[in-house]
Amino acid sequence: MVNTNRKRGLSKGILDLKKCWQLYALFLLPLIYVIVFKYVPMYGAQIAFKDYKFTLGINASPWAGFKHFHRFFNSHEFWNLMSNTLGISIYNLVAGFPFPIILAILLNYARSDRFKKTVQMVTYAPYFISTVVMVSMVLQFLSPRVGIINVVREALGLERINFMGVPDYFKSIYVWSGIWQGTGYGAIVYLAALAGIDPSLHEAAIVDGANKVQRIRHIDIPGILPTAVILLILNTGQILNTGFEKILLMQNPMNMRTSEVIDTFVYQVGLASQTVNYSYPTAVGLFKSVVSLFLIIIVNKIAKRLGGSSLW
Amino acid sequence: MVETRNSMAKKATKKRIKESFADRVFDVINTFLLSLALFIVLYPLIFVVSSSFSSSKAVISGEVWLWPVGWDLAGYEAVFNHKGIVYGFLNSFFYMVTGTLINVTLTIMAAYPLSRKDFLGRGLWMFVFVFTMMFSGGLIPYYLLVRDLGMLNTRWAMIIPNAMGIWNVILTRTFFQVTIPDELLEASQLDGCSDFRFVWSVVIPLSASIIAVNTLFYAVGHWNSFFDAMIFLREQRLYPLQIILRDILIQNDIEPSQLAMYDVRDAMAREALKVRLKYSLIVVASVPVLVIYPFVQQHFVKGIMIGSIKG
Repeated sequence: MVNTNRKRGLSKGILDLKKCWQLYALFLLPLIYVIVFKYVPMYGAQIAFKDYKFTLGINASPWAGFKHFHRFFNSHEFWNLMSNTLGISIYNLVAGFPFPIILAILLNYARSDRFKKTVQMVTYAPYFISTVVMVSMVLQFLSPRVGIINVVREALGLERINFMGVPDYFKSIYVWSGIWQGTGYGAIVYLAALAGIDPSLHEAAIVDGANKVQRIRHIDIPGILPTAVILLILNTGQILNTGFEKILLMQNPMNMRTSEVIDTFVYQVGLASQTVNYSYPTAVGLFKSVVSLFLIIIVNKIAKRLGGSSLW
Repeated sequence: MVETRNSMAKKATKKRIKESFADRVFDVINTFLLSLALFIVLYPLIFVVSSSFSSSKAVISGEVWLWPVGWDLAGYEAVFNHKGIVYGFLNSFFYMVTGTLINVTLTIMAAYPLSRKDFLGRGLWMFVFVFTMMFSGGLIPYYLLVRDLGMLNTRWAMIIPNAMGIWNVILTRTFFQVTIPDELLEASQLDGCSDFRFVWSVVIPLSASIIAVNTLFYAVGHWNSFFDAMIFLREQRLYPLQIILRDILIQNDIEPSQLAMYDVRDAMAREALKVRLKYSLIVVASVPVLVIYPFVQQHFVKGIMIGSIKG
């Protein structure tokens, strides 16, 4: 089918194009979508280097060089934003990482199939709760007046705490509610990895008299280690991307000191404030995108060197 | 565990018995931990549902532990009498159905050519697609684009900017590559079958499961999304349910007039009704997804499995 005769050069290209014009016809609309909604904003990101004027538009606004980047790096927000963003991401990465693995291994050794299916289904379910509902559940449970946590605290003789108003609690609330919601979902990929382990390894181990704990240690954990390493590395590449929508919903004036991250800052400055200022938040966002891109590339190189598997 | 291993070393002859004992202990611990996980996930969900059916007094004073106390449906009445919520429900449904239809169609249109080895420029287009997953122009240029397209505060803004997910395209392409054999295409082409016809009468009928996966992921995504609506929509008549939810549940913004019909004059009673309205609302908003979820669960699992195969 594929004609690989290189001699014909250009005419071959045209011939191929003719042959697959129907494929291109199919592909045209998705391609236009990608160009318009993914690449045009990249082009529009040039306003980070300009002083965007509403009346002039993206192209005609005057250039401003690295002014907005300088302003950001020298602002008092910069270090606070970076430490909040990295703090939340790293906390999330470290605390959240083991749970899906543990759950997957436990599920893999469940006594009965029905019990396994039930636990898997239930733990997976919170993934489908919307961010808005998730955050409002957290707010309800932690509410200083009617929240169950505070009702219990009072019953135990402890004082009521306005959890959402204490900046130091913000990261933990964010991370642990995320673990509650995401562990079941995260376990699926490890279950797939466990299912991919050659069963003859287990059979041989059983014949040799290995118990289940030994099998986990010497067969299952090495078996899922490549998956775990790849996921860990890939997550590291996403370290500047926090759960933007959830953080935005969990923010309030009292916890802003620890809850403001790069993404929410861009939104607050660019779209939520009364004064129209597009260039500065675009610069902040672009800074994040560029650093993220480099992180992903570096992290992928590492993954490739370590395990031979990567994103591309 | 350590003890077991020590005793194993000592009494090598009784290995088998000791091991089965170790495994029995393991099974007990395993069952306990899994039950614990089940409890931790299930309890908050049950608590929300029970609170939504309980009387205000019981909820506020913390009498509700597991099952509803003082059966009362006022929270639900308030939900269904709240105009914004009903409209939000209908809007969300509209955005979900039209959005998902467009999503699934475009995804197939993009994924099939990318799955074909003889698609000219396949490598280039793959890169063009995948690159957008690693780099983006950012929120502000995205907003300005939608604004310049004249979509602000229109229903289009809820559908067109999210017309296709790149991740879904990659997933679907992998599926096509794995499941549609080259021989099938060759045989059809010998019979003079065009690419359009091949997609329509061979690829799509063979791809029911990936279409189901995509439909579900997209539909849930539409139903649960709120951010685009928050930045693009200004008028309440266009709001999807999640925005109404955010206003009521998180910003605590309940119009007193919406509750007035219950004749709750004193502040305490109103406060109590608000709390129950919230629990009822959480249930009502999550039910559509959670009800279909057990039936379609395996499709989601399958989706993630396909996703983990490298294309």
